[in-house]
Amino acid sequence: MSTSTGSSRRVLEKGPSGWLAAPALVFFLLFAILPLLGVLFLSFTKWDGLGEIKLDGLSSWTTVLTDPVTGNALLVTAKIMFFSFIVQAPISLLLGVFTSASQKYRAALAVLYFVPLLLSSAAVAIAYKALLDPNFGLGPGLGLPFLAQDWLGNSDLVLFVVVFVIAWQFVPFHTLIYQGGVRQIPASLYEAAQIDGAGRMQQFFAITLPQLKYTIITSSTLMVVGSLAYFDLVFVLTGGGPGYATRLLPLHMYLTGFKANDMGAASALGVILVVIGLALALILQRLGGKNRNASQLEGA
Amino acid sequence: MASTTQLPVPPAGRTALSNNASHKHGPRSKRTKGPGRFRPNYLGGLGGWLWLAVIIVPIYYVVVTSLKNQAGFFTSNPMLPPSEPTLDNYKLVLENDFAMYFVNSLLVTVGSVVPALLVSFMAAYAIVRGKGRFLAWTNNTFLLGLAIPLHATIIPIYWMITKAHLYDTLLALILPSIAFAIPISVLILSNFMRDVPNELFESMRLDGCSDWAMMWRLALPMTRPAVVTVGIYNALGVWNGFLFPLILTQSPSTRVLPLSLWTFQGEFSVNIPAVLASVVLATLPLLVIYVVARRQLLSGLTAGFSK
Repeated sequence: MSTSTGSSRRVLEKGPSGWLAAPALVFFLLFAILPLLGVLFLSFTKWDGLGEIKLDGLSSWTTVLTDPVTGNALLVTAKIMFFSFIVQAPISLLLGVFTSASQKYRAALAVLYFVPLLLSSAAVAIAYKALLDPNFGLGPGLGLPFLAQDWLGNSDLVLFVVVFVIAWQFVPFHTLIYQGGVRQIPASLYEAAQIDGAGRMQQFFAITLPQLKYTIITSSTLMVVGSLAYFDLVFVLTGGGPGYATRLLPLHMYLTGFKANDMGAASALGVILVVIGLALALILQRLGGKNRNASQLEGA
Repeated sequence: MASTTQLPVPPAGRTALSNNASHKHGPRSKRTKGPGRFRPNYLGGLGGWLWLAVIIVPIYYVVVTSLKNQAGFFTSNPMLPPSEPTLDNYKLVLENDFAMYFVNSLLVTVGSVVPALLVSFMAAYAIVRGKGRFLAWTNNTFLLGLAIPLHATIIPIYWMITKAHLYDTLLALILPSIAFAIPISVLILSNFMRDVPNELFESMRLDGCSDWAMMWRLALPMTRPAVVTVGIYNALGVWNGFLFPLILTQSPSTRVLPLSLWTFQGEFSVNIPAVLASVVLATLPLLVIYVVARRQLLSGLTAGFSK
């Protein structure tokens, strides 16, 4: 008796073979980790994308680090990251709370809110290019002269246009995350608050917001790290212009590598991108506290 | 102590108000939690309708413009529907190999999402149910993948794909798409798998089931919503992906829909209505799926990311 339970427990403790994880691991090592090492290696080489790859020491790094366009790209990336966060986070949170309530009209609105999730960045960018045209777009259509500006040609305005279009595309996704978060808040908390006579505002700040802590961290991490990946939208919408006004770091990397045919410098920019991404993820994780997995069942 | 003395005497007015409100919004509604249970929230409603306008106006403009002819586009009010709607723009897009791009997109999406789901599911099962340093290390490697902007690696990927003589093939798009889908898939799937009660596995084990059998007969049915979620999320990402097609393909025969929008825009830049018709056509398949399977799609995504 005792031996049989002992052996079955041993089998249980052993669990499934690690080989089950092998296919995923192989794919990931081959097409994500190996390229990650590759980008570091290529940053010390000279390569035009077609010919031979030659070791070239630190020259790509010298080029990249002394090029004022790199600093500008970093600045533009930081600006877009900052502005798209402070625009998207509150809107998504409020819309998430709004759509999680039980009224029918809110559910109907939610169905329409999520339509931008279906569009590709290329489609969104092309649509906005037409919509923002000062002669045949929204401005003349509504007869509002202040909307009929050269939105994409004015280097003072274009950054905010990009932030707006990014928000248009990505707020629905984060609204969905917040909606799910709000729905996991136990109803009893609100009932207790109502008995205590708490108003809507008090309930929002005393219950909804603190209960959404982990949702806020998840959404914010995705927003901030995700803003390092805004490539396709900006590429099609502005191409990085006018001038260098919207030349984000990933776009700068692409243009350096595939348009200026300097793969070495582009790889150095790729390394910078990776380092920034890792640093941001670490900081956000630190802010969110260490024991995230355990606390996710809180309030379930 | 103070709270116990307060509880028996709730402010009468408040209770009446909240009862009244909950009655108005229907006592039958399953969820009584969340805001919106007392007097109508005019400010919230206003914000809600305002955001609807923000979402709808660009979509309306695209659809309306795609139905105009070129002369109509230049002369009519941009925000008004055309006096004589035409489908000529759609015909032009369809005549420009739209069907082929559609099939390419479909092949790449299915070819990426199905293998990615399969390997991620197996890995999630091993990570949740298994033990040992190797699996812990594997899990950490995937988590690292979430923090890194993987697009920073496009140059080595381009190099590898050309070295493997896969440049300008659909497989060139599929292979990295699978790899990039793995971290988030494993994360969501393993989060759901942790909630499957251990007793179920133990009783199957005592019945003599192998891990392989338990994976398909217990873990898969129990985590089906998560599998659907992950599938939808990855499918949206691959279907709408632009960067890989841009750098890893070249010829029209391997072009996928998002890239075709861009090249179409280049070729027909003066014909805005036709360009916007291509945008509508490229979005239409997903819109149809959304209309049909809206509930599953949204509840799946909500559950997957709020965990």
